[in-house]
Amino acid sequence: MSAAPAAPRPATDDELRALARKLRAHSLRMISQAKTSHVASCLSVADILAVLYGHILRLDPRHPEWSDQDRLIMSKDHAAAISYAAVAEAGFMPIKRLGEYARNGGQLYGHATHFGVPGVEMSSGSLGHGLPVGTGMALTAKRGRKGWRVFVVMSDGECDEGSNWEAILFAAHHRLDNLTIVIDYNKIQSLDRVERTLGLEPLTDKFRAFGWNVREVDGHEFSDLRDALERLPMEAGKPNAIIAHTVKGKGVSWMEDKVLWHYRPPNEEELAKALAEVEAS
Amino acid sequence: MRTAFIEALNELAATDDRVCLVVGDLGYSVIEDFAQKYPDQFVNAGVAEQNMIGLAVGMALSGKIVFTYSIANFGTLRCLEQIRNDVCYHRANVKVVAVGGGLAYGNLGVTHHASEDVAIMRALPNMVVVAPGDPIEARLATKAVVARDGPAYLRLGKAGERVVHAQAPGFELGRAITMREGDDIALIASGSMLATADEIAGQLVAKGLSVRLLSMHTVKPLDREAVIRAATETRIVVTLEEHSVEGGLGGAVAEVIAELPPGHAPLKRIGLRPEFNSVVGDQNYLKALHGLDADGVMQTIQALEMAGAAKDV
Repeated sequence: MSAAPAAPRPATDDELRALARKLRAHSLRMISQAKTSHVASCLSVADILAVLYGHILRLDPRHPEWSDQDRLIMSKDHAAAISYAAVAEAGFMPIKRLGEYARNGGQLYGHATHFGVPGVEMSSGSLGHGLPVGTGMALTAKRGRKGWRVFVVMSDGECDEGSNWEAILFAAHHRLDNLTIVIDYNKIQSLDRVERTLGLEPLTDKFRAFGWNVREVDGHEFSDLRDALERLPMEAGKPNAIIAHTVKGKGVSWMEDKVLWHYRPPNEEELAKALAEVEAS
Repeated sequence: MRTAFIEALNELAATDDRVCLVVGDLGYSVIEDFAQKYPDQFVNAGVAEQNMIGLAVGMALSGKIVFTYSIANFGTLRCLEQIRNDVCYHRANVKVVAVGGGLAYGNLGVTHHASEDVAIMRALPNMVVVAPGDPIEARLATKAVVARDGPAYLRLGKAGERVVHAQAPGFELGRAITMREGDDIALIASGSMLATADEIAGQLVAKGLSVRLLSMHTVKPLDREAVIRAATETRIVVTLEEHSVEGGLGGAVAEVIAELPPGHAPLKRIGLRPEFNSVVGDQNYLKALHGLDADGVMQTIQALEMAGAAKDV
């Protein structure tokens, strides 16, 4: 038998807030320097990742091969910059490696890759791949009576992919209560608002109808996120969906709730302004 | 072939609980025994091939050796991106098994005709592509892909294929099996066409020709050395496969021969015309329409003679 997963060190809200600030600042710098897209997607998921990496996940960054760690799959992998920042801040790799992001000859692609990047569980980038793979992991843990858990962070636009709904059916049928998805519901997808593209509402009802337990939270409220993620499974025998209502671009007032910052990288002047705002938050 | 596969898989599962089978709600009268004996190693993903592959990858990344099982196009093309990104990019220990390779489900319709699968799977990095030639090879191939860590595509026929090998041959992935030595003509066959090639080889030998017969069960990695020897030691090379002539075994052999210095033997690819079938027919009927029955193959080889491709053929 392998060792029981280590309980994570409880973090205070202030510590989580500080971590989220770091993750936002890393993402802004990385994306500005590399001139890539998706800065707003990183900002919206920052608080969710801070709570997961800083408080919830049972990880051992010194032993990335440890097979009893919790698994986090970042399926909304266009937000790769913050995903790399999170595993670096968690201690899986040196912070200075973030400079490799989208840089010629480096290993940190613009959509997260597991190759040469400890702590990144799965390479994604094409939406709708993470949940099926996470479901296979959860099934294996369940059948093997293992204590490790699987978390899949998804985007709202990603819910358009049919492959997710195949996995959503499967996970409920197989009673995978060790599987949790967190949907970063920032209401904006690639070209327009979700409600004007392919409406997801009533999203909670959809998950309930598929046999999942659902909880809606404010995805920027640490106490809300902690409370939901600490009380898993919500009910024995059912997979868990946490619908986190977020604001795209959260933390930089002039990036908030705009499609533009799904694409545009901040220039030097904008970066300085954005960092000042994040630091002051 | 599928019986030989599942028997081999049952044996593997009995001694190694990492060996799992994930089916896409297919395999009636094939998988029941496995499902009953090894319930913790069996999953029916339902009619949901993208999730089937994703599940298999999640299981493989958690230490399992996972076979997926479906009818050829469903288990490959429907979930092609999952196979590319999740299986191949991650080098996940997933073995994609297809039944009904070629025209085995002939009269069920074009949707069930697997005529491009080998070409498509062959193009994927890290993928091993195996199309065993008879039930004996199917059994050996099943064990061989487990012994080799990483992605594999195992293309099976269906049922009732003729046993071509008199006894179990030495079997190694990426190494052709030489079934006859000869230097007039080389027949290189994969999958169900091995039986036809074997029959044709017998007829050509009876006519006084020296025939080399290779079972090229592994299309990727291709046994380049065997192809180069065939192209330089015989006077004509013929590939035979129940798959489009574009991109499969014939394509792979052509890629090797095209880069050889001048003076090598010419190549003829015998396979399916790259088009959708427009009439109903069972496997044998449709194969004959494509010239893949023994008579058709013999006519093609005789036509090569008329064209002077190989003087003595």
